[in-house]
Amino acid sequence: MEGNPPIMRRSALAAIAAIGSATLLVAGCSKADDNKDGNGGSSAAANAATKGVVNASDKKGGTLTYELSDVPDSFDPGNTYYAYMYNFSRLYARPLMTFEPAAGSKGNTLVPDLAASKGVSSDGGKTWTYKLRSGLKYQDGTPITSKDVKYAVERSNFARDVLSLGPNYFQQFLVGGDKYKGPYKDKSAKGLASIETPDDTTIVFHLKTAFQEFDYLVSAPQTAPVPQAKDNGVDYVKNIVSSGSYQFQSYQDGKQAVLVRNKNWDPKTDPLRKQLPDKIVVNLKVNAETIDKDVLAGDAIDLGGSGVQAATQAQVLTDASKKANTDNTYGGRLVYMAINTKVKPFDNVACRKAVEYAVDKVSVQTAEGGPIRGEVASTVLPPDITGYSKADEYATTGSKGDVAKAKEQLKACGKTAINTNISARSDRQPEIDAATAIINSLKKVGINATLKQYPSGKYFTDYAGVPKFTEQQNIGLIMMQWGADWPSGYGFLQQILNGQAISQSGNTNLSQYNNKSVNDLLAKAIGTQDTTERNSIYTQIDKQTMDDAALVPLTYFKVLLARPTNYTNLVSTAAFSGQYDYLNIGVASK
Amino acid sequence: MISYILRRTLAAVILLLVVSAVTFAIFFVLPRLAGQTADQLAQQYIGKSPSKADIAAVKHNLGLDQPVYVQYWHFIKGIVSGATYDLGPTTVHCDAPCFGYSFKTHQAVWPQLTSRMPVTLSLAAGAAVLWLVSGVAIGVVSALKPRSFFDRTFMGVALAGVSLPMFFTGNLAILLFTYQWPIFGRTYVPFTENPAQWANTLIPAWCSLALLYSAIYARLTRSGMLETMNEDYIRTARAKGLRERKVVVRHGLRAALTPIITVFGMDLGLLLGGAVITETVFSLHGVGQYAVQAIDDNDLPPILGVTLLAAFFVVIANLLVDLLYAAADPRVRLS
Amino acid sequence: MTELSKTGAAVGEPTPSSPSDAFLEVRDLKVHFPTDDGIVKSVDGLSFSLEKGKTLSIVGESGSGKSVTSLAIMGLHRLGARGKNVRMSGEIWLGGKELVSASPDEVRRLRGREMAMIFQDPLSAMHPYYKIGDQIVEAYRVHNNVSKKVARTRAIEMLDRVGIPEPAKRIDGYPHEFSGGMRQRAMIAMALVNNPELLIADEPTTALDVTVQAQILDLIRDLQKEFGSAVVLITHDLGVVAEIADDVLVMYGGRCVERGPVDEIFEKPQHPYTWGLLGSMPRIDRETSDRLIPVKGQPPSLINVPSGCAFHPRCPYADLPKGNVTRTVRPELQQVDGGHWSACHLSAEDRTRIWTEEIAPKL
Repeated sequence: MEGNPPIMRRSALAAIAAIGSATLLVAGCSKADDNKDGNGGSSAAANAATKGVVNASDKKGGTLTYELSDVPDSFDPGNTYYAYMYNFSRLYARPLMTFEPAAGSKGNTLVPDLAASKGVSSDGGKTWTYKLRSGLKYQDGTPITSKDVKYAVERSNFARDVLSLGPNYFQQFLVGGDKYKGPYKDKSAKGLASIETPDDTTIVFHLKTAFQEFDYLVSAPQTAPVPQAKDNGVDYVKNIVSSGSYQFQSYQDGKQAVLVRNKNWDPKTDPLRKQLPDKIVVNLKVNAETIDKDVLAGDAIDLGGSGVQAATQAQVLTDASKKANTDNTYGGRLVYMAINTKVKPFDNVACRKAVEYAVDKVSVQTAEGGPIRGEVASTVLPPDITGYSKADEYATTGSKGDVAKAKEQLKACGKTAINTNISARSDRQPEIDAATAIINSLKKVGINATLKQYPSGKYFTDYAGVPKFTEQQNIGLIMMQWGADWPSGYGFLQQILNGQAISQSGNTNLSQYNNKSVNDLLAKAIGTQDTTERNSIYTQIDKQTMDDAALVPLTYFKVLLARPTNYTNLVSTAAFSGQYDYLNIGVASK
Repeated sequence: MISYILRRTLAAVILLLVVSAVTFAIFFVLPRLAGQTADQLAQQYIGKSPSKADIAAVKHNLGLDQPVYVQYWHFIKGIVSGATYDLGPTTVHCDAPCFGYSFKTHQAVWPQLTSRMPVTLSLAAGAAVLWLVSGVAIGVVSALKPRSFFDRTFMGVALAGVSLPMFFTGNLAILLFTYQWPIFGRTYVPFTENPAQWANTLIPAWCSLALLYSAIYARLTRSGMLETMNEDYIRTARAKGLRERKVVVRHGLRAALTPIITVFGMDLGLLLGGAVITETVFSLHGVGQYAVQAIDDNDLPPILGVTLLAAFFVVIANLLVDLLYAAADPRVRLS
Repeated sequence: MTELSKTGAAVGEPTPSSPSDAFLEVRDLKVHFPTDDGIVKSVDGLSFSLEKGKTLSIVGESGSGKSVTSLAIMGLHRLGARGKNVRMSGEIWLGGKELVSASPDEVRRLRGREMAMIFQDPLSAMHPYYKIGDQIVEAYRVHNNVSKKVARTRAIEMLDRVGIPEPAKRIDGYPHEFSGGMRQRAMIAMALVNNPELLIADEPTTALDVTVQAQILDLIRDLQKEFGSAVVLITHDLGVVAEIADDVLVMYGGRCVERGPVDEIFEKPQHPYTWGLLGSMPRIDRETSDRLIPVKGQPPSLINVPSGCAFHPRCPYADLPKGNVTRTVRPELQQVDGGHWSACHLSAEDRTRIWTEEIAPKL
């Protein structure tokens, strides 16, 4: 895996121009008829969709509308990396495995989708075999075979000059992945040898090393079948052949996609999907303010699932009837500050511990937008990731920092004062505000940190992710946010704590943390078949990292979703950064 | 006259070439001067963890491996005779006029522009009619009764109209008229599909945009009318015994409006190149929104396309304004 | 000759209670404009009358009130943005109708039909965007319910009448395509298109070439004979007055200081201001150096009109009458003889002496 820049599944952070005061004023205007609200769906309490399915219903019909302020990287299941597209694409592209539509961390449960059952591993976790369900058909009625799954993996992972937008884990893990040129260049019928299709319903993956979380990997839309005959590279997005419950009726790039029922989808082959609405419309490039209004009006879902705008947040939280239709949920992300173990004096663990004690996490939380936007964190793993275990090694009163304990550690480190730099992304105001709050807490114990700002587009490639750069610039503290590609300890921790994954550019192990026991534990975990045992190893790694004070957890990132009252089967799932599970949303009325 | 138009058209073509060259230079030459290599430029189009071979392939597809002037030549050639792009498994032929192909969205630019043009045109034309009529009407009435209550009120409103940002007025209009009192539709419907719905969904956007402009036009008209109504020929018109309304409209407004034609032509030309903020606020899939998206993505071909389109409209508007002016004012000679 | 009413002749201006035979009769006309600085008394008690077929010339410097008088007769300064601000009193009788108290629309109906006006600068007075012919047609059709075609024939006829060559062709020309003289001819054609009985010409030749001036004056005179209109000619140029006027009215500071038949005014002028005007008249038969230096000083402020005789600050003879009378008492018009009136404190003897001994020889 060396040399490969780490990857993080992107969650869309809506960043439309701050409309601030104007919208607040506008918000004030609409107070008048709040009380009249309450049409349609049964009124649930706030956060109801984080605990169970809200408005559970099998009512068919209607048009379901999604709105997005941006455009997705691609609707092509083999060419996307956005969490919301992982979620949404399942309506027309069935991966081998997927997540159970369930609330919170229960949503992290893997269930077979195209596959009839979970993967069967042999060879100590190096070989994974899946059997497809029988009777699977594309929208045109042609049967889906395991060869189509193999082809889908090949095109999405091995032709990066054509389909470049998704991750390439399969290329990294499959035997011979570094040699195979992809299906567009390598026209041989055999394709990649390490994916075998002994018959039309069986697919076998041969990995270089044991990988017990392979089921997570095949939950990516990259395993959704693509018929080779219909594939025309980047243009496939214009004529995607559906394997799911819906198929494209129209697709206008950057504007709109309309999906209708797939008549050749057979519910007998699919225990997960319900195919409720007649039609699903995705409107793109919709003004973020408009999206909020439509969602509050009850008839749209924010496809991005990144939560409401700040102005809308103020509006809904001060209004009990509106607040009842919101879900404030974890987004599967940790906001933290890496302590650069290669920059003096932070090579000394006591100096790092001084920082752990000094930071007033409440002030950071406030800077990030308050409890709605994040909960004070004390572990590396967020609560909605498998492997999380509650702990607070550097507990201080009210999480407000402890000057005395910090100074004690500083003394143990042999210092009375430290001069260092802290980096943050210049185009992310909350991150800058958080860094400023940290600077203020550190000042109280004698650590003088100076803020250095870098553009987020090059944060990893040119600045914070370049070890040489941070060392030369004396950047001891690095602001960071991290979300996992799949909701397990390995998916989360591997890229930020693995000492063997430190790269010279695009590095995400910003602490340059290289503890052999952690490296070994990571390797051991991924080779461990038993889930409970594996999760206990993640907890161990978490604890070890905190023992070594390699990073300061700041907040568990949270989003505030508005729950459209006219829609049914809404459940916020940890598997997709707290978004509603898009598989079975239906329309209640109209 | 004919030779005048021919000469102006030639000048317009040259101007567009210059605009395209400058835009091209900004996106391809400046980054190179700033130290970006062709590889880095190509990498922007790839996404995660590209191999050297991937970069080389993309670089070749984009033509980044060729000298800048060759790239520019290909671009110009594409406009005239179309172009073909090699996209790995498929090749895409982009018919003339080919204004480039976006490797980020995998769409040819020209069809995008033509499909979005009706939206921008609808927005601009509707708003233009509104602001011209209301702005001129308010300006005339204000000028006829300067310092009256009406004049002071409307000039105050006009000042507010100019100062309020579209983010405010637009969002307020949306909130009030599509949510609070849902009078107007929310999603754009093409004129060809349903003219009534088309107008219905566009009215809030028209009004918001018109508010911005009618304020300026009211002020322009007012000062123009004040000046004109003091002219000797207005006295002459009155001396003939013409009714005051006829004096104002036929003699006063006719002269006061002529300079406004110039401003109007330029404004309309600019708007046709994309009403960026209005389209964003009202979620209209017009040319302006396309440009914003392209700029967000650092996607050159669409930016180049929109820039050229905007320049084209401005140049055409300029020419039309000059012709109109000549038609309106017999003293002006085209030469 | 103009018949002025004899009532109250001994004390100032005549104020008859019923209209006389005159076609135009102005009585005690006041036109005041309130401004932030005070009231501008542009015309402050003016009376005169005029018969059909006669020409009255109103002379005076700029700001003396002569143009305002003409606009007042036309009812033109009640219009437009400043119209609300004007204060008018007195009477203007035109063919038996009183105009000051008439409604604006009644006056409008008379404008262009009963009374028409020619302006100083025909270039700015004609609309630059419309063809000459269209502007004349418009003037005709306001008062005559005829087709455009008929009106056009009438316009061509008028252009022909005012001496524009090839009128059928020039009718489609724009003002800027005409020479100054031709433009003024067209302007006259436009003014006369409805056969008005009163023609007011406000400095009709000032903006024109000297050679053209005479042609235009000839034209006005000819047309007056032909149409039998009454003409009010406003000018500061006594040379023009001598050419065509029957009567002369000299205005100073918004009031009449002298008036009478043109021969009387030129041969026996009574007011020092009239002397000054005569002195400023160009004479081909004299050397410039011999001439009397015209009126010294600035025209009076119309807001703070000088007390007594408004002309006293500039009058070389202001100290001749006894006491301080020129500075304290406003002189009223007094009959010199016949239709000749003058408002001056100087005694008849002094005036005759000064005119014959000091002024006349230098002219």
